[in-house]
Amino acid sequence: MDFWFSEAHTPNVKLSIRVDRQLYSGKSEFQRIDVFDSPEFGRFLTLDGYMMLTEKDEFIYHEMITHVPMAVHPRVRDVLVIGAGDGGVIRELAQYPDIEHIDMVEIDPLVVEVCKKYLPKTSCRLNDERLTIHYEDGLRFIRSCENAYDLIIVDSTDPFGPGEGLFTLEFYGNCSKALREDGILINQHESPFYPEDAAACQRTHKNIVASFPISRVYQAHIPTYSSGHWLFGFASKKYHPLKNLDETRWNMRGISCRYYTTTLHKGAFYIPAYVEELLKDVE
Amino acid sequence: MLSQERAPIFEALQAFEKRRVVPFDVPGHKRGRGNRELTALLGEKCVSMDVNSMKPLDNLCHPVSVIREAEELAAEAFGAAHAFLMVGGTTSAVQAMILTVAKRGDKIILPRNVHRSVMGAMVLCGAVPVYVDPACDEELGIPLGMRLEDVKRAIQSHPDAKAVLVNNPTYYGICSDIRSIVKLAHQAGMRCLADEAHGTHFYFGENLPVSAMAAGADMAAVSMHKSGGSLTQSSLLLAGPAMSEGYIRQIINLTQTTSGSYLLLSSLDISRRNLALRGKEAFAQVVSMAEYAREEINRIGGYYAFSRELVNGDSIFDFDTTKLSVHTLPVGLAGIEVYDLLRDEYDIQIEFGDLGNILAYLSIGDRLQDIERLVSALSEIRRRFGKSRAGLMRQEYIEPRVLVSPQKAFYADKESLPLKETVGRICSEFVMCYPPGIPILAPGEQITQDILSYIEYAKEKGCSMTGPEDPDITRLNVLKGGY
Repeated sequence: MDFWFSEAHTPNVKLSIRVDRQLYSGKSEFQRIDVFDSPEFGRFLTLDGYMMLTEKDEFIYHEMITHVPMAVHPRVRDVLVIGAGDGGVIRELAQYPDIEHIDMVEIDPLVVEVCKKYLPKTSCRLNDERLTIHYEDGLRFIRSCENAYDLIIVDSTDPFGPGEGLFTLEFYGNCSKALREDGILINQHESPFYPEDAAACQRTHKNIVASFPISRVYQAHIPTYSSGHWLFGFASKKYHPLKNLDETRWNMRGISCRYYTTTLHKGAFYIPAYVEELLKDVE
Repeated sequence: MLSQERAPIFEALQAFEKRRVVPFDVPGHKRGRGNRELTALLGEKCVSMDVNSMKPLDNLCHPVSVIREAEELAAEAFGAAHAFLMVGGTTSAVQAMILTVAKRGDKIILPRNVHRSVMGAMVLCGAVPVYVDPACDEELGIPLGMRLEDVKRAIQSHPDAKAVLVNNPTYYGICSDIRSIVKLAHQAGMRCLADEAHGTHFYFGENLPVSAMAAGADMAAVSMHKSGGSLTQSSLLLAGPAMSEGYIRQIINLTQTTSGSYLLLSSLDISRRNLALRGKEAFAQVVSMAEYAREEINRIGGYYAFSRELVNGDSIFDFDTTKLSVHTLPVGLAGIEVYDLLRDEYDIQIEFGDLGNILAYLSIGDRLQDIERLVSALSEIRRRFGKSRAGLMRQEYIEPRVLVSPQKAFYADKESLPLKETVGRICSEFVMCYPPGIPILAPGEQITQDILSYIEYAKEKGCSMTGPEDPDITRLNVLKGGY
């Protein structure tokens, strides 16, 4: 039997992963949800046929989206996480004892249910007592928040489908309003490589720049995402991601990571010339 | 009689496609082969359906087979005696209504906030308007429906009028008491016509205002392409039992194309089927989305998304709850400013903004996630651009002074004068604030200082002003000599 999962990264390029077996397939009000086992990447989750995470490389994404702001902000107490139904971001955040409360806003309860059952490696801390899960549209949730969070992490799907609203100017404006005056916004920022992804990347950057005085982009290598070259956004009203990085403070925490180090933190903000240029075009 | 599950034009097109007929007739693109770029844009399927009238596909000018069947199904679905498929927009349906009931010199009673197509029809046929002041909501600055008393008075003062025309509903979703107006008109021997450009869904949804046909009106122009889901420019003309089908067809054929588009016709056919089979649930969902949006918008503060609470039994006899109209003045912004900000800053295109309000058009194609975007963008606009309320002029109803028939004025000898010098003269052209396309001036009306101030103000606020020969509206054409 020749059983492969394929995702088109462009109309002319696809990534295929050999599948052992399909563990789950279901359809929620918002999307189709599938879970597979594969020899190379272990268990993986797809939404509407788009790769969300694999057991093999999810650590890269989740460490980079979480520890970068945590090594900059001196005292994070209240965190808002949007999306993140797989629990990966929560798992990383749960390692910080000084975080007092986490609101997680996921539109699709079925994603959480499926991840709890089939993806224990990411969903393992969804029972943390500091966590409140809200099942609603992120854009709606944040509309009424004001001056309430130190950190917002936007772990969204792609800028089409149910996650569309999380790439818009109105959303980032609401984020700015929801953050305290020294708050940080981190978002998954798509890939700069293929033209269609790059266009989404530019639109997103343009919208964030319009809403925050400090807005920088950093990168990571994520093998199963389009082109493998992935970006994250760091936006803040006060802190600079490099000037305000406190390496000693973070390293003293003794959090063990497989991708993130405070040295890599600095390197991640040095991005290729073509990416710098496409971002500068919209600043 | 066929069942509403059928779509005769659509089915005939499918059967025709299978026959692979060799085209030695128009259109010259020959199933798209002669225009590759167009085919690439629209798709093979679409261009291959762009065909000419022929025996298996019937003829719109004189329908005897599949178009006739589609019209009969539409008539049944809308509760009309006859239905005509229209391919020239609802403008063509409105014009056909007016041309059917009036000829040169005949009077028609109508509210001032009629669509420009009504005025155009009067220029064409020489009918004379008798305006009923639509009441105006002082707070919102919007034209309302006709008060029954005002219609009664107009009928008494002009017993020779041929018809009364009713907007059902207005652009803003406001309905007059059309049932009672029909009765008044019929008692006086007049026809009652309805502009239902914004009311297709009344025929299918529940708990919505009454449709013109159900209210006993004689003719109605229905924009299937608005809430009905068909392609832009396709529309329906409905007629009641008292009207002559053959005469209406003659009138339609005076101005209608002889090459009716099968893309438009099949879209009408498919949309009618969809509405007849699934319209009730679809519009219930639209209403619930609109209600949700109103609740959320009203929670932002400042904005006022209005609805049924306005109903007063007369000038606001009923309200179309699918319409999402929002009063913006309390956040210190004109509707047109919010309209522009939504598009330029937030990539959200809404239907229109006037001086005090915006209208977001909701339909069977909307998604809740897009409503969330609209609400969030409005909340951000208030946070980023909101001002104090002072200093905004309200949109006032300016009563027109009709001194000459629109047709006579339109074709009369005229001269062009700078705006300021036109006070007291008779205008020979239209001045519209678009959207919503309600005339500020129409041919035959006297220009006053109030009107000029309003034009200046609307221009300054960025409303798109159309109509006059001079596109910048620094000059107006007026009738030569005194009057």
